[in-house]
Amino acid sequence: MTQSNLKNIALTVNGKEYTASVEPRMLLSDVLRDELGLTGTHVGCEHGICGACTVIMDGRPVRSCLVYGVQADQAKVQTVEGLADPDGGLHPLQEAFWEKHGLQCGFCTPGMLMSACHFLEQNPNPNREEIREGISGNLCRCTGYQNIVDAVELAAELLSKNKKCDDESSDLQVVQTGRKVNV
Amino acid sequence: MKPAVFDYYSPSGLEEALSLLDEFGYDAKIMSGGQSLIPMMNMRLARPKVVIDISKIDELNFINITDSVIQIGGLTRHFQVEESKEIGEICPLLTEGMKLIGHSQIRSRGTIGGSVVHADPTAELPVMLSTLGATITLASSEEYRTLTTDEFFMTYLTTTIETNEILVSIEIPIPPANTGFAIDEFTLRKGDFAIVLAAASVTLDDEGRVKSATLGLGGVDGVPVILDEITEELIGHFPDSDTISECCNRIGDLVDPEPDIHASGEYRKDLCITYAKRVLERAAEKAANRKG
Amino acid sequence: MTIGTSVKRIEDPRLITGKGQYVGDIKLHDQCEAVIVRSPHAHANILRIDTEKAKQLPEVLMVMTGWDLPKDLSPIPMRLAPNEALTKALQFPLAKDKVRYVGEPVVLIVATSRYTAEDAADLIDVTYESLAPITDVHTAIQSDTSVLHPEIGSNDLFLIHSKKGSVNEELKKCPYVIEEDLYVQRHSGIPLETRGLLAVVQEDKRLTVYGPTKVVHFNHQILARLLKIDSQNIRFIETDVGGGFGPRGEFYPEDYLIPYAALRLGRPVKWVEDRLEHMVATNHSREQKHHVVVGFDESGRIHALRDEIFVDTGAYIRTHGITVPVLTQGMFPGPYDFHALEFITHVVATNKTPTGTYRGPGRFEGTFVRERIIDIIAKKLNLDPTVVRERNLIKPEQMPYTNGISALGQVVEYDSGDYPQILDIARNAMEWNQFAERKALAAAEGKIIGLGFAMFVEKSGLGPWEFCEVEILEKGDLTCKTGLADVGQGVKTALAQICSDQLGIPYSKVTVIHGDTDVVEKGNGSFATRGTVVGGSAAWYASEALKKKLLLVAAELLHLPAEELDIKNQLIIHITNQQCLCQLEDIITECRKRGIELREKYTFSIDHMSYPYGIHAAEVAIDSETGKIKIEKYYIAYDIGKAINPLLVHGQLVGGMAQGLGGALFEELRYDDNGQLITGSFMDYLIPSSMEMPEVEIEILENSPSPLNPLGVKGAGEGGTVAVAPAIANAIINALDKYPIEITSLPIRPEVIRDAIKKGPVTNEEE
Repeated sequence: MTQSNLKNIALTVNGKEYTASVEPRMLLSDVLRDELGLTGTHVGCEHGICGACTVIMDGRPVRSCLVYGVQADQAKVQTVEGLADPDGGLHPLQEAFWEKHGLQCGFCTPGMLMSACHFLEQNPNPNREEIREGISGNLCRCTGYQNIVDAVELAAELLSKNKKCDDESSDLQVVQTGRKVNV
Repeated sequence: MKPAVFDYYSPSGLEEALSLLDEFGYDAKIMSGGQSLIPMMNMRLARPKVVIDISKIDELNFINITDSVIQIGGLTRHFQVEESKEIGEICPLLTEGMKLIGHSQIRSRGTIGGSVVHADPTAELPVMLSTLGATITLASSEEYRTLTTDEFFMTYLTTTIETNEILVSIEIPIPPANTGFAIDEFTLRKGDFAIVLAAASVTLDDEGRVKSATLGLGGVDGVPVILDEITEELIGHFPDSDTISECCNRIGDLVDPEPDIHASGEYRKDLCITYAKRVLERAAEKAANRKG
Repeated sequence: MTIGTSVKRIEDPRLITGKGQYVGDIKLHDQCEAVIVRSPHAHANILRIDTEKAKQLPEVLMVMTGWDLPKDLSPIPMRLAPNEALTKALQFPLAKDKVRYVGEPVVLIVATSRYTAEDAADLIDVTYESLAPITDVHTAIQSDTSVLHPEIGSNDLFLIHSKKGSVNEELKKCPYVIEEDLYVQRHSGIPLETRGLLAVVQEDKRLTVYGPTKVVHFNHQILARLLKIDSQNIRFIETDVGGGFGPRGEFYPEDYLIPYAALRLGRPVKWVEDRLEHMVATNHSREQKHHVVVGFDESGRIHALRDEIFVDTGAYIRTHGITVPVLTQGMFPGPYDFHALEFITHVVATNKTPTGTYRGPGRFEGTFVRERIIDIIAKKLNLDPTVVRERNLIKPEQMPYTNGISALGQVVEYDSGDYPQILDIARNAMEWNQFAERKALAAAEGKIIGLGFAMFVEKSGLGPWEFCEVEILEKGDLTCKTGLADVGQGVKTALAQICSDQLGIPYSKVTVIHGDTDVVEKGNGSFATRGTVVGGSAAWYASEALKKKLLLVAAELLHLPAEELDIKNQLIIHITNQQCLCQLEDIITECRKRGIELREKYTFSIDHMSYPYGIHAAEVAIDSETGKIKIEKYYIAYDIGKAINPLLVHGQLVGGMAQGLGGALFEELRYDDNGQLITGSFMDYLIPSSMEMPEVEIEILENSPSPLNPLGVKGAGEGGTVAVAPAIANAIINALDKYPIEITSLPIRPEVIRDAIKKGPVTNEEE
């Protein structure tokens, strides 16, 4: 690693500010995992198919294996570690995944949760077909998806009751930066 | 699967980006959304020495609608087009087509310019733009030039863009009021690159006869294929399914797709006919509804 | 009662909050990363390996070829179904003179990061002399084809021949004899987490390896043997594992190389396989060609069946030995009572990735062949395929039933089951009797629909034994140390439920410890649907022993006979009147006072496997213009004896079905004629997504508990997978009964269906 090639980046992850000095080629997934120690985000294919590395970046779900860390400079990133309340209270999606047996090995789960979280922001009252579409960018090899669909359905119900996703603490509102549509 | 070393530049303006391109020439690769390029780099199938990341050039991220044209900046991301209500009203083909591109995560990052320049003939955008008669505007530090899709797409993953150019925008002529659109594709799995992809626009006259129509196909050749030979036959006729069927059955004589691991050439031909019928019928139906 | 209830998993709170610790998540001080340079050729001589440039690269710590490994290093041995004749086809961790498949390890590089290690890999210059690749089993066994393992003398590495009765004699008597060739494509488990290892030499000079799974204790011994160090000086620690499915957790070349590199370097060495590596390096599975001759009478009763099977085993024999071929034979007969059977199975070497087991090994393949044959017979005789099944099923009064073929060193003896009953249950659930009418109505609307069934018998509970140690801790919490492994299947919850049931404590008070060779004294691991059956029984007995100990003390204190006492809800109760006598806690305290150790070990041994059984049914609709299949309804009924946790069983079945669906319609590890894998990324290797998976209706039955273990369980891991392909294929054939099509090969592509529809309906001259 040539020192001269290192770039300094600053990003906010789960509401906390981080700085790192990284090679431009370092993937955001590796920055999160290796540089910031946030290993909840998993890497399953590194070519943008499996969705295991999905995080929310500036309000949108992205595959962190298809973003370089330097591109996330100044970005706001949300990972699975930021889903639960700081005091440990589970996010309704997490509760629902547990309740409905929406995971087995748990490897795809963090990415699945992040996709589902964004999906429910966009469509708080989905039907099963829409849920299937909403999580179709995330592969799961264990569950056959059925219980995941059940879980997202349940989470939608829980969210509509207590609106946990909109709590200020959860920092999960769609962030509008980078979305400059001048019509 | 980690990319090789590269130098990274993140210009904040178009001018700066173009001068970097002039400086590094063939060694440089423009990155916008990176959704096609980064997998290639992770596999080390692409190893640019210099990456010019244009994703922070805000001046290229816009949707601008005038009386005659929808202009979309090269850096506009797929989801922005997908979610634009104005585009949904004026040119619903784009909205519908955007939803077919990969999955939500891809559409968060992928850009219009990136998709168009990547020029995958089974991708949705090139076929949509060809069907809509769009133009593509490129900039170099010397000049701007605007090309038709015919002039732009050369063959598989190849366009006429020069190494010193950046795609700054695409321009889509605003379709007449009595126009309906449809796009559909055959994939083995949802969200994969299409085996065959078809897009259609149909404009009706006051009596409900076809005034003009366009049919675009993807996955049959190295570039999007526009079959005016088929749609010309429809002009002046009521677009009932028998008429459309009759015209589309001739597609087999006009295209000669290559086989690959997912489908034979013959099967692709059949799919072209099926999907051409489906999109033309649906587009005609929508045109009739819009009119009504 | 905890057993039989759908409690939430104790595994989940960590996993849903990102606190899981998969091997790639562990970071040790000073750790470095390995990358493996693999052969780009299917078959080639290695003429020269130039590592100089790579060694010169800064931050590269080690570059090692096969010549740098110990001269007396042994190849990786077989774990299951070992066979002396095949020891000459085993794989060494690094190739020296010759490579035999694309992906074979050639050079090991260790650098400070994976990024740098890959840079160094780019600088390795290997000169190969390419040789003709063998990519097909039939070509492989021709006399003029070069032999991959000369010491064996033929690419037809091994022949397994078993029979029951005389097929030739029976065939002579049969009014109908048909022959069919069927093919099951190469595909595999492809867990979402790739393999990974982290090896470190601790201060006390002991080697610790994170990342082994499935058969931790066994691999621990293998590594000790290969490294020639005392196993006491090695510690294996299983981490969280992102899916097993068969391939994951076997002993691979890297399982030697990474610990070896750590020993040589004296620094922690991590290796996490990337996805492209995984596709060529981790076991493939399933690829078989079957040539079936079957004789039957006009009622559809099958009298004789011969199957000559060619198993494409790939370039080397790996840890599974001949497990898959043997299981293919042994489990082929399924739920049917055949008079005469004969299997001739060739284990054939080719220049492809070596193979092993994948969920339902041998059964996915055999069930596809058998259940298609049944429907082919029914079609030939113009009979209802479910009636043909019925006429051939083993009757409940024939149980226990020996099918006459051996598998894994034991004669296959079905322990219990009512096969006709489960067929009826499925027919009713799918409304089979009304289906013809529904189909005709659909046809009138221009829709093509079909309904197909496929029956199967699974096996589970492979011995020879499993170990469990339970101990009550200070606060009345229980630790349960098991020799099983956790590959994501929910084993901790299941064992906690079993212990909790015995000891009358909440399952949430049970901590299950597994996969650490310093902590768990022995174990056989998790494979072959053995966990709940064998490991669960060990936990049951260990807990029972502990309970007896507690009740003896309670009996003494309460002046009552121990037989009259029980523990429920953490209370000591009187069995006859259910009256609460004292707190469990009091007894625990008393035991401690008396110095009674509240710890019990149990090793549960078992000679015979259990045989769960079931049926799949699929209703499909076919797009006549594209040939695309839509699964309108999917149904599985599975009798597993006893479900410890129905929710987890349900999850296993739906998840298993998704993998079966992949094998039926989407997934294929396809090679070109040069021996290059052309579906080696997730772009082309098509794992079903949420959009391809239908909703699956599951019926868990407990009508035939296993008499072979105290829980009556038969295991549930593989029954969701094995019958998907024939159920769907039979549904398609049912839908297209008027068209010229027979499905004899997987995966089923829409193109094939479209071709048949395009040709148009055939007029049936026989009618």
